[in-house]
Amino acid sequence: MPDHILETRNLTKEFKGFTAVNDLNLQVERGSIHALIGPNGAGKTTVFNLLTKFLQPSRGTIQYNGIDITREKPADIALRGVIRSFQISAVFPGLTPRENIRLALQRRTGGSFRFWRSERTLLALHDQADQLLAAVGLTAYADTVTGEMAYGRKRALEIATTLALEPELMLLDEPTQGMGAEDVAQITELIRQAAADRTILMVEHNLNVVSTLAQRITVLQRGTLLAEGSYDEVSRNPQVLEAYMGSTHA
Amino acid sequence: MKARYWVCLFIIGCLAPFLIYPVFVMQLLCFALFACSFNLLLGYTGLLSFGHAAFFGSAAYLAGYLMTVAGLTPELAILAGTVCAGLLGYLFGTLAIKRQGIYFAMITLALAQIVYFIALKADFTGGEDGLQDIPRGKLFGLINLETTYRIGHKSLELNLYFFIFILFCLAFWLIHRTIHSPFGQVLKGIRENEQRAVSLGYRVERFKLLAFVISASLTGTAGAMKALVLQLASLTDVSWHTSGEVILMTLLGGLGTVLGPSVGAITVVTLQEKLSAAGSWVTVIIGAIFVVCVLAFRRGFVGELGRLLKKSL
Repeated sequence: MPDHILETRNLTKEFKGFTAVNDLNLQVERGSIHALIGPNGAGKTTVFNLLTKFLQPSRGTIQYNGIDITREKPADIALRGVIRSFQISAVFPGLTPRENIRLALQRRTGGSFRFWRSERTLLALHDQADQLLAAVGLTAYADTVTGEMAYGRKRALEIATTLALEPELMLLDEPTQGMGAEDVAQITELIRQAAADRTILMVEHNLNVVSTLAQRITVLQRGTLLAEGSYDEVSRNPQVLEAYMGSTHA
Repeated sequence: MKARYWVCLFIIGCLAPFLIYPVFVMQLLCFALFACSFNLLLGYTGLLSFGHAAFFGSAAYLAGYLMTVAGLTPELAILAGTVCAGLLGYLFGTLAIKRQGIYFAMITLALAQIVYFIALKADFTGGEDGLQDIPRGKLFGLINLETTYRIGHKSLELNLYFFIFILFCLAFWLIHRTIHSPFGQVLKGIRENEQRAVSLGYRVERFKLLAFVISASLTGTAGAMKALVLQLASLTDVSWHTSGEVILMTLLGGLGTVLGPSVGAITVVTLQEKLSAAGSWVTVIIGAIFVVCVLAFRRGFVGELGRLLKKSL
């Protein structure tokens, strides 16, 4: 029997008079890279926000490692090891890249409420932060202002920050959105490395990235599951072709 | 900032009562502390409270009452004011922190108005008159804070001054430490990108609440100090004008800077003092200055200076 790290049952989200996600049963296998694709308005981002608890489902359940997390808050699941990224690059723009990563590392030290301690107690985290910066090729930018970095570097920093928490499950929301070809290749490689010892679920538009990375693909259309399988299986599915191209003969 | 600048400021603080009327300097210190505490919340956490006068005023009333009626020594009265403001801050924070932006501001304002109403109607606050002629008493029961020293033709309240000055330094140090602590790092993260802080696993509401309580407590310290210095606790201390004034001071001096709020407080209080002859025109003049400030240098005095020097002040 396959080992599912994340599983949804009859997941439904209704906004006023509009069903964005309808009865979705999704299973993410441990250790895999799983991609969620679909045409615009298919409900990918809604699913994503449901899984990360930024939205509350109308019906259905979400299980993580066999535990029901349907009613938990975003910070709770983060503490369980589910860390997400955002579509618009999520960094702390006023801090330096090193401080960005340090803030993630700091959470695991458990001393974050200590307002009477000096910042110097955080210097111990710098080695680890620098290693992560090196891993994403940002060593030269460690002490610059994050907000002034190029977009691709911000995304790389975001991935490094996420990795700092050593998540068991990483949820990536369109990691290569708005990037040039060169950056896409770099981020793809980073994701592949990150996936070595964890599970990744990503929403992605770029089918090139999906085909190179994802072992399993779920195609959504109008909030329901249209097809599931490997890239080859899915790309030959006539329903998928129709959803994307408007016709099977395109 | 480098240590030698701090030493300079400390020396200026020690010399100030010999050069300027000491009670006025102490008043400046009280409002500077008020603004610094407020800045911890607005400048470093990104929370706009429109009800900070409630903490300032209730601590002033409580400290004044305890010194007048119960004959408490000043340090205990100030401690009581601080704790009272902290508890009130916990209550306000618990109720308001789940809301964002303008809603947060409105809830804090509404709660502060309730405190104002209580201050107006309750017996122990003296209603419209407030508490007057609050005795300064003896520090630790030993050092008489009423004592004045004759230097030249002036008589100076040096005991009181140095007590207030040291208290200010300690509170200022605590704020500075909070900003530069692991906790302060998380606060900056929340200010910069709250959603991301949540997704990293920080329960941001708890961090905001602690920041709110620290800010309210130290605002209480400032309020109790003020009651001791001016020997007065009045409705002005709890009114929404005071809540607005502290926002003005913080913005004028420089939001999110270490020295800005103090500079802003000194500017506003000095203007009020110097222009008091102009009566109600004071408000108009300060308003005009504020408008010019917002248009010309949005970062405030210290913020703009810091940008010119490329330093964080």
